[in-house]
Amino acid sequence: MTIPDRTLLEMFETMMTIRLFEERVTLEYQRGDMPGFVHTYIGAEAVATGVCAHLSDRDLIASTHRGHGHSLAKGCSIAGMLAELYGRETGLCKGRGGSMHIADFEIGMLGANAIVGGSIGLATGGAFAHQVKGTPNVSVSFFGDGGAGQGILYESMNLASIWKLPVIYVCENNGWAESTPASYSQSVEDLSRRADGFGIPGHVVDGADVFAVYEVAAEAIDRARRGDGPSFIEAKIPRISAHYVGDTQKYRNEDDLADARKRDPLERFRSELAAAGLLTGTAVEGTRAAIVDELDRGVAAAKADPWPTADGVTDYVYSGAYGG
Amino acid sequence: MLQAVGEAMFQAMEADETVVVYGEDVVGGAGLGEPYEGAMGGTFGATRGLFRRFGASRVRDTPISEAGLVGIAVGAAASGIRPVVDMMWSSFTPLAFDQIHNQAAKLRYMFGGQANVPLVLRMAIGAGLGAAGQHSDTLYSVYTHLPGIKVVVPTTPYDAKGLLLESIADDDPVLFFEHMRLYNTRQEVPEDPYTVPLGSASVTRTGADVTIVGVSYMAKLALEVADTLASDGIEAEVIDPRSLSPLDTETILGSVCKTSRLVVVDESPPRCSIAADIAAMVSEHAFDALAAPVRRVTSPHSPVPLSPPLENAYIPDAARVESAVRAVLNQ
Ligand SMILES: Cc1ncc(C[n+]2csc(CCOP(=O)(O)OP(=O)(O)O)c2C)c(N)n1
Ligand SMILES: [Mg+2]
Repeated sequence: MTIPDRTLLEMFETMMTIRLFEERVTLEYQRGDMPGFVHTYIGAEAVATGVCAHLSDRDLIASTHRGHGHSLAKGCSIAGMLAELYGRETGLCKGRGGSMHIADFEIGMLGANAIVGGSIGLATGGAFAHQVKGTPNVSVSFFGDGGAGQGILYESMNLASIWKLPVIYVCENNGWAESTPASYSQSVEDLSRRADGFGIPGHVVDGADVFAVYEVAAEAIDRARRGDGPSFIEAKIPRISAHYVGDTQKYRNEDDLADARKRDPLERFRSELAAAGLLTGTAVEGTRAAIVDELDRGVAAAKADPWPTADGVTDYVYSGAYGG
Repeated sequence: MLQAVGEAMFQAMEADETVVVYGEDVVGGAGLGEPYEGAMGGTFGATRGLFRRFGASRVRDTPISEAGLVGIAVGAAASGIRPVVDMMWSSFTPLAFDQIHNQAAKLRYMFGGQANVPLVLRMAIGAGLGAAGQHSDTLYSVYTHLPGIKVVVPTTPYDAKGLLLESIADDDPVLFFEHMRLYNTRQEVPEDPYTVPLGSASVTRTGADVTIVGVSYMAKLALEVADTLASDGIEAEVIDPRSLSPLDTETILGSVCKTSRLVVVDESPPRCSIAADIAAMVSEHAFDALAAPVRRVTSPHSPVPLSPPLENAYIPDAARVESAVRAVLNQ
């Protein structure tokens, strides 16, 4: 498959945006004025990027507790995300959700989700709605190897399979669920094999290789758009980040972390593009500077933005006035 | 309090080899290889050290499968062992609601008393850490509603240890709620095993003017407010129910008959809640003793928000408790 140069460069920019966003958020979180818990997507950038490159605003995704990368790849605004992380009224979710609950329904981002496996029913339901409405769109569920432990995955895959729903299950297998290695939690090497039992095509892909992700996603998404039903993609990715910002990872061997760092998807893509003559050092620096500038402005604006006021605590519980 | 909880599990396992502990990351070191130096020992560290002492058969990590974890606990408990399951946060227990409500709670009854279901589900609760909508619920009221389930809400390290040992020894399913903001509370507790009975409230302060019942962290807050009010000449009696199911109605009613005034403080939405339950119980059985309507200080009818000003508005605070006390005293 040949990927147009422009798409490649856009994907590079997306991956770099995710990386720089996460690095900046880590820094700001450590300063102590960002509430809640933050899980970064560092090391997984190629997955959200390679998948979302095929999606329009009408296509849907649902995400995880580690959702910044999915949000950025789907097109959420940096400013809106930062304001949300800081709990401001101007945030994408008006400060009600924070890092683990970023959503932007306007562009088909059905939300980060702090319930492991939470994305699975949501995305499958999004695909069901597309089918009922007759729209030619697809829906993607992102979840981790840990999320594959939830029963809802298997119930949803069966429904999606018998109804031929346009949904793609993207399992980001980074080898860990908090402190528990995937090798402990699963007795098969490839989680994608489980899709077989539902008559769903299962793919394994190197999730640090954005070309490979892009390609397998194209196949799965085409299939869904044709009305041929769901697919399952297991992307093996390195967990370069800790589980959450602040996690000391004492439960992890040095070697494992070092191996993960060697598989850095952004560095790999950069050198591939450079080797193909598509990217110069100057261009990389230019892209970096533009993103850093946007982050600088976003952080400053978010910190100056208004807080929600206390009387707003019951806003948005119901659709209209609530009598009770 | 965290250490007290860990000690209770340790001593229960020492005393009874049918006690097993499992849950997500309770060992938290399977990636390290023996002897798991640096293992996580649970989200907050409560289960640290159990694996080393009791081994892989009785202390197990699990995949992320809450429905399965609880379902297995019910079957195992009904078949002769005592599972103590770490559910991490109470907000994750709804994934296992069917197993709790339709299986654990009802087996003994439906099967005419044949089944024993001696299991404990431990979980962290509470807002105040910015953990937002899906990590900050209390949910003890929901489970108090279910016949067949027992609900325990320790506030002090002493009570946490004694109540957990009692809960593990109990032959019924017990849900054990540990408020995250109480984990750092420090108190000397006896080294030897001891138990605190369920259904026995603790009167943490005596006073004649008003009764304040506080649940979990709110019992601590109630005590702080009572101390402040004392400097204004108001003597509040503070009651920590310690378990919500069974509930020590006698102690609460006795106190209200003495003080004639009641404020209930509960970090939960107000509808069908333990605060509503206690208020109704007192209105029903001590109406004649009441000199003022019962006041509840609760969270609003909303999920827990992230943003600090909203989260602060969600959690009952000293000012709200104080003004409720003054209101029932007509001040
Ligand atoms: C239902 C539920 N159970 C447990 C948790 C606690 N928890 C948060 S993230 C996590 C590990 C998730 O692992 P995985 O799905 O592989 O995602 P990763 O963090 O590796 O990206 C756990 C156990 C949760 N948030 N929700
Ligand atoms: Mg994982």
